Amino acid sequence: MASPVSLKSSVSNTTAAPPRAWRVEVFRRPEIDDPAGQAAVRALAEVGVRGVRSIRRGRGYLLSPTLDAAQVERLSAQLLVDPVLERAELTAPGAWPQRAKSRVQRIVVMRRRGVMDPCALTIEAAVARQNRELRGERAVRVLTFAAWEVDSDLSRDALAAAAREVFANDVVDEIYVDDDALHFDFPSAGAVRIVQHVPLRDSQDEQLEQLSREGQLSLSLDEMRAIQAHYREQGREPTLAELETLAQTWSEHCKHKTFTGVIDYDGERIDNLLKRTIKAATLELAKPWCVSVFHDNAGVIEFAPGWNVCFKVETHNHPSAIDPYGGAGTGVGGVIRDILGVGLGAKPIANTDAFFVGPPDLAAENLPKGCMHPRRILRGVVAGVRDYGNRMGIPTVNGGVWFHPRYVGNPLVYAGCVGLMPSDCTHKEVLPGDAIVVVGGRTGRDGIHGATFSSLELHDESQSVSSSAVQIGDPITEKRVTDALLRARDARLYRAVTDCGAGGLSSAVGEMGADCGARVELERVPLKYPGLSPAEIWISEAQERMVLAVAREKLDALLEVFRAEGCEATAIGEFTANGKLELTYAGERVAELDMHFLHEGAPRPLRKATRPSVLESDEGCPRCGDANAMTLALLSAPNIASKEWIVRQYDHEVQGMRVLGALCGERDDGPGDAAVLQPLANSRRGIALGCGANPEYGLRDPYAMACAAIDEALRNVVAVGGDPSHTAILDNFSWGNCKRPEQLGALVEASRGCYAAAVAFQTPFISGKDSLNNEFRTADGVISIPPTLYVSALSIVPDVAHTVSMDLKRAGNLLYLVGMTHVEFGGSQYFAQLGLDSGRTPRPDLALAPRTLRSLHGAIASGLVRACHDLSEGGLAVAAAEMAFAGELGARLDLAPIALGAFDAARVDRDALALFSESCTRFLVEVEPQRAAEFERALEGVDLARVGAVQSEPRLVITNGSRPIVDLALSQLRSAHQGGFQG
Amino acid sequence: MTRALVLRAAGVNCERETLLALEQAGAKPDLLHVQQLVDAPARLDDYSLLVLPGGFSYGDDIAAGRVLGFELRCFLGEALASFVARGGYVLGVCNGFQVLVDTGLLEGVSARPSERTIALTANVSGHYECRWITLRNEPSACAWLDAGALWPTPVAHGEGRLMFKDTQALERLRQRGQIALRYVTREGGAAEYPQLPNGSTDAIAGLCDPTGRVFGLMPHPERNVAPWNHPHWTRSAPRPSGEGLEFYRRLVAAANR
Repeated sequence: MASPVSLKSSVSNTTAAPPRAWRVEVFRRPEIDDPAGQAAVRALAEVGVRGVRSIRRGRGYLLSPTLDAAQVERLSAQLLVDPVLERAELTAPGAWPQRAKSRVQRIVVMRRRGVMDPCALTIEAAVARQNRELRGERAVRVLTFAAWEVDSDLSRDALAAAAREVFANDVVDEIYVDDDALHFDFPSAGAVRIVQHVPLRDSQDEQLEQLSREGQLSLSLDEMRAIQAHYREQGREPTLAELETLAQTWSEHCKHKTFTGVIDYDGERIDNLLKRTIKAATLELAKPWCVSVFHDNAGVIEFAPGWNVCFKVETHNHPSAIDPYGGAGTGVGGVIRDILGVGLGAKPIANTDAFFVGPPDLAAENLPKGCMHPRRILRGVVAGVRDYGNRMGIPTVNGGVWFHPRYVGNPLVYAGCVGLMPSDCTHKEVLPGDAIVVVGGRTGRDGIHGATFSSLELHDESQSVSSSAVQIGDPITEKRVTDALLRARDARLYRAVTDCGAGGLSSAVGEMGADCGARVELERVPLKYPGLSPAEIWISEAQERMVLAVAREKLDALLEVFRAEGCEATAIGEFTANGKLELTYAGERVAELDMHFLHEGAPRPLRKATRPSVLESDEGCPRCGDANAMTLALLSAPNIASKEWIVRQYDHEVQGMRVLGALCGERDDGPGDAAVLQPLANSRRGIALGCGANPEYGLRDPYAMACAAIDEALRNVVAVGGDPSHTAILDNFSWGNCKRPEQLGALVEASRGCYAAAVAFQTPFISGKDSLNNEFRTADGVISIPPTLYVSALSIVPDVAHTVSMDLKRAGNLLYLVGMTHVEFGGSQYFAQLGLDSGRTPRPDLALAPRTLRSLHGAIASGLVRACHDLSEGGLAVAAAEMAFAGELGARLDLAPIALGAFDAARVDRDALALFSESCTRFLVEVEPQRAAEFERALEGVDLARVGAVQSEPRLVITNGSRPIVDLALSQLRSAHQGGFQG
Repeated sequence: MTRALVLRAAGVNCERETLLALEQAGAKPDLLHVQQLVDAPARLDDYSLLVLPGGFSYGDDIAAGRVLGFELRCFLGEALASFVARGGYVLGVCNGFQVLVDTGLLEGVSARPSERTIALTANVSGHYECRWITLRNEPSACAWLDAGALWPTPVAHGEGRLMFKDTQALERLRQRGQIALRYVTREGGAAEYPQLPNGSTDAIAGLCDPTGRVFGLMPHPERNVAPWNHPHWTRSAPRPSGEGLEFYRRLVAAANR
């Protein structure tokens, strides 16, 4: 058999220089089909690029020029090339690869200098493990690239433009067409100044502001003045490292200063909104099963004897706007580290994700300059979550996608993670004398100023100026950290752990040492490449790193555990007792900060807020004319239509805990309400994970929106069997610029809604996060996102054997509508279809809703319910349709018995009200006839109507008495739901 | 009792469900990092079943399973070949199957990796996919597998398309009884996408070596062990366990010696 490797060298007439490295390019053998190439042709066609005949997809490697030809051939054959499917072309250092055919053009995409290239790291390590000769000084350096051989009529410029739109992102990639001047060097390193003082003691206000702006510190004038006053007192100028540390620690991202500051709300003084609303609810509820709330990296609740579960949801909005793939991936990586860093560390057992993006069918001419198309953003973030979550072996089980035009320049990406931990691992402590150990990835210049960047607004040139805040994740390094950390935890080899997130080491070490002190020798931090200044090392947000506090006598054992897992771990200093943060580099003092000033010295801002105008016009509800057409239109509306294309790309089965997934029913196409997992193999206790959000409601009435989002998250977990009396919730606020009084007023109202609903439902908040500057500035003005509260719920399922799915089960079973239907169409999908912008925003009746959830849960836990689905966007019509096609069973519903709130019959169409209202706390429930009496008793005192029955004839038939309203075949319902953008 | 060794490496992530399935199937499994086996290959002597679980070993960088396959070839090639020659059983699931294919072990203990004729490559759909499919046990060299049985299993992979060097290679596998599992419709008919999730040649889901003791498959039987793992369990009568447990029971029983 012929070798798959051929060695060629040739000369090109371009003027750029070829890389000083061996180059191995791998393509499929020509006789074998290339689906990736065909997909590339389709992707180009979708953005309107015609004239492409065919594309072959390939990949390439640059290897150190110190290797000899025989070594490169061997590596290529043994490691880089599949002998059955592929062939490789080798090019010697300094030579040009030979072109295959004249009319074929070649696109080559390579990560920019310093951007993470995980595959290259893997190869470098594999070569070093395999060959003793190639270690240390002789270690092989690798970079990788992607290649497309394009047979088309396109000019080089047109092809480059197309590649930019489809194959690569300028922010993180270098793109070449028929010009292979690939780099093989590290990011350029200037002369490193160890200690750099920043004179500001004599600065005027304008100079302070200029310093904050130009240094990307994102500090306000008040904060700069506080720093100035502090250093005047100290009698010296701050060092750059000190100033950076203050900026990171005081950033909105780390400090939540809007939420915890003072607000003047139309004359009313609110001192610490967070404490007075979200935290107040938790404090008042005082649930004994809340183990650790708000102060650690995630909220922790009791799960089963000896075990706790924890949950955290993070936002990663700005990085995802600039590089959706890297932003979403590192968002997932970050929230996983939160779970690894709670208490002594928990095992991640489930991920959640939610995206808020612009409309998928947005016309190209309506795309603001500097924005990516929502489709590209959504595909990118889905791929980012997929590649990180799947590689970590954590099932991604719950989430959602919401579309709205105002997310076009500033999409929202939420990533959540649930962890399982032994009860005695919940608390941590740091003692003076403990070693500070950094584990995981190396530190590079990537991610500088992420924390302060996230506190700025986006604009049409954010892509070019803020690229260092964007990173590519390396999930396998994080998996190694996980494997090693949990082993070290179980051997009790460390006393405390936290993640390196925003602010990097400065935040992690600063937080851990807040109550004692810390000394760090920055030259000991392992670097990806030389040339970083001490301040850069200190604030770099390079991914996949955690910090541990390790008792001196256990340090060797700890380092051995990490070594055995192939995970780097390095002692970089120690915790002290002097209340200072001391940084040195090679013996020189780089920073000496008082911990108290660092953590308590920031002035609390006073912000003005004004009551937002609540859109609540007309109480009417027009007829819809053709209810069949309306039902189908709703099912295919982007916010309701199937998200199966996303769910399928996530591994939702790994770890083998699945009880209920995101897709239900005979053909696995019914949208489930919540996921259920069985975390312990020897216990039938489960957890249900659900969520709620509605940006349309947020635009109209933030208070109602908050209550409705909580109601929705709770509906979802209760519908599958979660116990509402053992349910914790999380708040994630993404808001516009809260320096605008009406935006901040909306935040006040939403927070108050959170308080009211959490107390009424008896569901404590255990964790949360806010991202308060989500705007996109264009030439025509500012696009502010809708006030968006994403609520997550984690509920205990007493016995997973009583889990209920939403698909209809058997012909002849009865259907009940639980809950009261009101004229609530503000922000509804029905009104959106009619082009109406009026109506009352749905909100739960907090006096009745908790009882509804309790009663329904009682019925479910007693095994009385065969199917249950909550009513949300699109109301009863949509819920009934989804249950029917998911169960491959028809249903016959009568609207006449439905419990309706008061309405003006002259202005409200009763049928439309019953079918499409989005009132909260409602469920459609399937019950076997012989359990009907028992079910009705269980729901006593709750609004309940027997509305129909399941039938074998595959149609959804809805009448009012004998008057027909909807009559549709299951196949029509299904194809409407599956229509629209599917990836 | 069958002692099983479950091998892990950076990025292997299905060890939890694999260990549980082996335990429930009556084996006594141990989990070991590949480096520890490289340091002491004689450890294999204590076991009659070696399991390579699913995951993304070394990130699936270069190609799925490539780097772990490279390491097994470089460091444990002889140890694995003699383990099989002595009568040991080897199971590779999903990423473990990709690794097994890469080592050449499925093509017989004397086959050279560089001369392998089997490959697993990117799904025709072009992306990772997680869904439940139906498998049929084919008459094969695996006497321990009940030929003809249909059973549901989840798949979750991006590179599960089996391809062969040429038609002779496929024919040779057929003649030697190495085609052990096929994707079929729920009723047992010929599967097309999505029941055939990856476009695999001849709808093949699993292969064994000519002895029937080395077995690799893309689907995940260990994720269908609890009574409620199956996505339709809420629609059907109560059941004691998932169908994947039967697969592990048979394998564990066969490897018991």
